[in-house]
Amino acid sequence: MDLTLKIWRQKDANAKGKLVDYKVTDISEHMSFLEMMDVLNEQLVNTGEEPVSFDHDCREGICGMCSMYINGEAHGPDKGNTTCQLHMRSFKDGDTIHIEPFRAAAFPVIRDLVVDRSAFDRIQQAGGYISVNTSGNTQDANSIPIGKAAADDAMDAATCIGCGACVATCKNSSAMLFVGAKVSQYALLPQGQVEAADRVMDMVAQMDAEGFGNCTNTGACEVECPKGISLENIARMNREYLKASSKG
Amino acid sequence: MSGILSSSIAKKVSMALSAFFLMFFLLQHFAINILSVFSGNLFNQVSHFMGTNPLIQYVLQPVLIFGVVFHFVMGFILEIKNRKAQGKKYAKNNGAANSTWMSRNMILSGIVILLFVLLHFIDFWFPEINTKFIQGDWSGMHDGEFRYFQELQHKFLSPLRVGVYCLAFVFLSLHLLHGFNSAFQSVGANNKYIKGLRSFGKLYSILIPAGFIFIAIFHHFNH
Repeated sequence: MDLTLKIWRQKDANAKGKLVDYKVTDISEHMSFLEMMDVLNEQLVNTGEEPVSFDHDCREGICGMCSMYINGEAHGPDKGNTTCQLHMRSFKDGDTIHIEPFRAAAFPVIRDLVVDRSAFDRIQQAGGYISVNTSGNTQDANSIPIGKAAADDAMDAATCIGCGACVATCKNSSAMLFVGAKVSQYALLPQGQVEAADRVMDMVAQMDAEGFGNCTNTGACEVECPKGISLENIARMNREYLKASSKG
Repeated sequence: MSGILSSSIAKKVSMALSAFFLMFFLLQHFAINILSVFSGNLFNQVSHFMGTNPLIQYVLQPVLIFGVVFHFVMGFILEIKNRKAQGKKYAKNNGAANSTWMSRNMILSGIVILLFVLLHFIDFWFPEINTKFIQGDWSGMHDGEFRYFQELQHKFLSPLRVGVYCLAFVFLSLHLLHGFNSAFQSVGANNKYIKGLRSFGKLYSILIPAGFIFIAIFHHFNH
C-alpha cells in the first residue's frame, strides 16, 4: 500500500517543531507500524535526510518504550496493543496517517516522536516498591497465603508497562491510571501492606509535583491502555489515599 | 492537612462530595416542584415551610450556597490546572474513540448550568431574598394569597424562558450523565455494585432533568 505520513518533526526540546509530509510506497499489510517507520527512515537516510527519531525496544509489547500518537489515538486505532504490535493491515491503501509524540507538559518532547517519560521513573522511585532485605534469609513469597482474586487483581495491575498512553490520551494529561496500577499491585498483597500508607501519599505527591493533570474520570485511559488496566485501580488508589490521609 | 487539601485526589474527592450534596438538593428541589403539577395549594404550603423554616433558611441555605459556589470554583480551578498540564495540543485527536462527549465537555455543560443558575436566581431567588431579608416580609402572601404558585405560573408564561429552562435542563442531564458516576468513582466506589449504581445514575440523570422540563412545559400550557 502507498501512504502519506504527517509526522511531527522537532529538532530538539527547544525547537518549535512541525508536521512534515512523507510518502511511503509498497508497504506490506503484514508489516508492523514500526517496520513501516523503519522503511521510511531507510528512505530518508538514502536521500541524505535526518531519520525520524522514535522510541522502541522490545517490539513485542512488553517494554513500554514505543509511544506514538497515531491518527488521534495513543498506540493507534487498534485497542489493547502498543505501537509495535500495531500492523499496517489496520490501514488502507492511500491513507493519510498523522503521527505525533505523546503530548503532556510532564512529557516534554526530546526530539521528533521521542518524549521524556522520566517523570514516571520518579513516581516509581517515590514509593512504587516494597523494601525487602535480600540478606539470604528472605521469606519465600509462596509461603504467604494470598486469595486468588487478590492475586489476580494484583497481577492485572502489575501488567502496566508504564508506556504513558494513559497520560497521552487523557484530556487532562493525568497519570492516575499509571499511579493507580502501581499503588494497587502492592496494596492488594500482604507484602505491600507495611508501606501502603507512605507509598500512596508519596507517589501521589510526586505525581502532582511532576505537573500531571487532575483525573476527571473520562475513562479514556482505560480504553487506550495497551494492557487493559482497569479504572478500578484509580478507585482503589483513591481509597488507599483517603485511608492513609485519615491516619495522618 | 494543607498538603492533603492541595493534592489532586483531595480535589477530586471534594468535587465529588459537593456533587453528592448538589444531587441530593436537586432531588428534593424536584420533589417539591412536582407538587405544583398536582396541587397549587400543597406546593404553596411546602414552599412556605421551606422559605421560612429557620433551620433551612439560616443553616441549610448557606451550606447550599457554599456547595454551589465551591463546585463551580473548584471546577474552574481544575480546568485551568488541567489545561496547563496538557502542553501542546494534538494536530489530530480522536477523543470520541475512547470517551463520551459528556465526559470531555463537563466544563461546557457546567458553564451552561452556571448561566442557568444565574437566570434562575434572578427569576426566583433574588426576589425571594429581597422580600424576606430586605423588605422584611416573611408572610409569603400577596393580595391575601400565598404567592409561590402564582409566581411560578407567571414565570412560565414566557415561551422564551421555558425554552431556555428546557435547554439548560438538557445540559444538566448531560452533566449528570458523566458526573453522577464520576463522583462515585472519585470517592473510590468501584466495586461489584458499580453496574447497578451506573444504571441508577443514568436513570437519575435523565429522569430528574426530564421532570423539570415537564414541570416548565406543564405550567406554560396550564395557567
